[in-house]
Amino acid sequence: MSQSTYTRRRFLKTGSTVTGGLLLSFFIPASAKRLGEKAGSNSTFVPNAYLNITPDNNVKIMLAHVEMGQGVWTTLPMLIAEELDCDWNKVIVEHAGPGEPYKHTAYGLQITGGSTSTWSEFDRYRQAGATAKAMLLEAAAKQFNVPVSSCRAEKGFVIAGDKRASYGELAEAAGKLTVPTNVTLKDKKDWLLLGKPTKRLDAKAKSNGAAQFGMDVHFPGMLIAVVAHAPVFGATPQSFDATAAKAITGVRDVVKIPTGVAVIADHFWAAKKGRDALKITWNMGPGENFSTASQFDSYRKLAETKGTPAAQAGNVTDALAKTTKQIKAEYIFPYLAHAPMEPLNCTVKVSGNSCEIWTGTQMPGVDQATAASILGLKPEQVKLNILFLGGGFGRRATPTSDFVSEAVQVAKASGKFIKLVWSREDDIRGGYYRPAFLHAVQIGIGENGLPAAWKHTLVGQSIVAGTPFQGMIKNGIDPTSAEGVMDSPYLESIPDHAIELHSPKAPPTVLWWRSVGHTHTAFVMETLIDELATAAGKDPVAYRRDLLKSKRHLGVLELVADKSGWNKPLPAGRFRGIAVHESFGSYVSQVAEISLDNGHLKVHRVVCAIDCGLAVNPEGVRAQMESGIIYGLTAVLYGEISLNNGRVQQRNFHDYKILRMNETPQIEVYIADSTEKMGGAGEPGVPPLAPAIANALFAATGKRVRKLPLQAADLMKA
Amino acid sequence: MIKLTVNDQPYTVDVEPTMPLLWVIRDVLHLTGTKYGCGMAQCGACTVHLNGEAVRSCVTPVKRAENQKVTTIEGLSTDFSHPLQQAWQEEDVPQCGYCQSGQLMSAAVLLRENPNPTDQDIDDAMSGNICRCGTYPRIRKAIHRAAAMQKTGGAQ
Repeated sequence: MSQSTYTRRRFLKTGSTVTGGLLLSFFIPASAKRLGEKAGSNSTFVPNAYLNITPDNNVKIMLAHVEMGQGVWTTLPMLIAEELDCDWNKVIVEHAGPGEPYKHTAYGLQITGGSTSTWSEFDRYRQAGATAKAMLLEAAAKQFNVPVSSCRAEKGFVIAGDKRASYGELAEAAGKLTVPTNVTLKDKKDWLLLGKPTKRLDAKAKSNGAAQFGMDVHFPGMLIAVVAHAPVFGATPQSFDATAAKAITGVRDVVKIPTGVAVIADHFWAAKKGRDALKITWNMGPGENFSTASQFDSYRKLAETKGTPAAQAGNVTDALAKTTKQIKAEYIFPYLAHAPMEPLNCTVKVSGNSCEIWTGTQMPGVDQATAASILGLKPEQVKLNILFLGGGFGRRATPTSDFVSEAVQVAKASGKFIKLVWSREDDIRGGYYRPAFLHAVQIGIGENGLPAAWKHTLVGQSIVAGTPFQGMIKNGIDPTSAEGVMDSPYLESIPDHAIELHSPKAPPTVLWWRSVGHTHTAFVMETLIDELATAAGKDPVAYRRDLLKSKRHLGVLELVADKSGWNKPLPAGRFRGIAVHESFGSYVSQVAEISLDNGHLKVHRVVCAIDCGLAVNPEGVRAQMESGIIYGLTAVLYGEISLNNGRVQQRNFHDYKILRMNETPQIEVYIADSTEKMGGAGEPGVPPLAPAIANALFAATGKRVRKLPLQAADLMKA
Repeated sequence: MIKLTVNDQPYTVDVEPTMPLLWVIRDVLHLTGTKYGCGMAQCGACTVHLNGEAVRSCVTPVKRAENQKVTTIEGLSTDFSHPLQQAWQEEDVPQCGYCQSGQLMSAAVLLRENPNPTDQDIDDAMSGNICRCGTYPRIRKAIHRAAAMQKTGGAQ
């Protein structure tokens, strides 16, 4: 496990809400009633908070994590079904609402993020299934009047000799038994589901229009709210004239809220037209003076000053002075918007002393508490329903609950039952970006061609500072800023190194963006290693072999080199680059194969190898690698949010471009057969892609890429 | 009052003629399978069929659909029998799933017009539809699979 992952887990484990340690906080409540859920009928078997079995033999599984594309709708039920030995075709899945049993086993609050869902539920969900099966076996033994040892479970039935009863038939009796606390989990060799490619349980509903996203919520009497947001970060509405807006057919109300002015109407179209007709005077504040161009100038100056130490060994200044060959490099990374396909939205109904919310969120508990505090209610007076998330990528995990609080504010100010809908422009311009970063690196090369001294300064906003997650900051270092550099596996081979961090403040709000700090740190480390290999006259794979001690890094490096045909010549005009990086406990190496035609880059093929320990659903891991590669390629080619005079310069998919089908390379994914510690899959596919592309570009042009996204000059030969 | 037929059902709606078809479908008829993604014909999440042709409903005034036939994802098949839907499931295409209605509606026109599309044909027909999860490789495979199913007599 990387240092940063460890840090994050450690922080959250020691948070005040956590009583147990890592993977030890498993508990099964005595009954569903304790959860504040509506109790099942007498004949429904509710052994714990994670599943219940109805007389018709259906197994309903409650997810502690939310489905946003990453596949937990399938993977987590696999864990229960494996131990329960139920009929996979009888599994029904639901999102659990906020609740104590659904808190993250390592983080201590209910959250889907950090590529943790599968490994963090691996024991808890299997235990839940095994516990239920033990009770069903016991109930069957009593009914058959035979010893439990002569009963076995198979596809939703308990069988003993010629006797046979379905789980549904046994549900009522099983529900009256004491919940066992010491069940034994299956041996790996007996697994029927785990480790086998398994098709998504949500594919059908997502192919016929039936899947319900937050955006699709509708109730009689519900109105649509669209908010006019401030044109610059930090601005607040001073006054407004809603005369023209209110004259639009369908507009019902216009209200001021802390983040802007909301127009409430019968449907989105009227609300949006109303918003466009508003005349608003804003208190602009200092945000108006902010531009990204000058931001990098100030970051550059900051990088020349002493930062907060993030990792340090030896004496880097002396060691640098002793080397004759050096590399000095500055890297620049822009702000990035997550741009999930489903624009942010949230439906809120406030009535008396209660509130009901419908939305797609990665942090339901935080959202529930935030809504309650705005309304002066207790969290348990707020019911939060989770719908499918039309993409998350971190954007639906805001510590400030930005879109949920905004919806609650509109409902509160207007007294109406509303669905807040953000337009795409609201999304692109709405902040919570991957922070812009500058890296300044100085490397001294030793006689053997390996790096002898490495001085590395990062400058960029902290994601967690000033949020409830501030406790993650240790010794002045926000790990989400420097992860991937401060814990780089290369550092242990570099006797003198100093990694420093500056975390300046800036008006745009920032957030975790799929693979977080690794989005920029992997790029810097892996392009520099490639540059060092070139300086040493060595093959990039061989050079990494000399430098890396980590078995799992080396494993995926060798696997991808083999599968991509690294040692075989390429056709004329083709070039390739390689990168390897660990994030979220998984090790990923990728080879990108490209060609350049008159300044036009074509990515032909990306070969990817991952070691995530056990791949519970290999098909899901493959899908996440494909997804991460395409997400990463979008950022390399197009990703940039820039600001001028405080205003975001992009607004929709025409100027914040997303990779399309005709630009998609052939992708091959290889999963290492691994018994190592489990890691994640949702994010680790992203970080190696950008450096693999940049290294391939160097092979093609002889030029190093120091700034993302790619500029036209990067695509021309030196 | 504007009359239109959606998935073979007649409707009369009292809206402005310039209102985009998307919002009539979603917020007036409450057929929510058709999605809003960008509002400016950039992403294709709102793709529906107007008299059999794929259109971006977010920029199509409802007036254009007056007395015409509209098909949404809910009407692509009523029993999940469309070969593309079957292929989508077989190839495990959807991730978050939000764009998939639009992807399927675009693919359905492609497959009707060109029962045996090449990768290039698929790229040409499908590059107007954005998928932020990056399901493109699987969409490509699923369209080929659906084409093969169609040839052997439709979905099983």
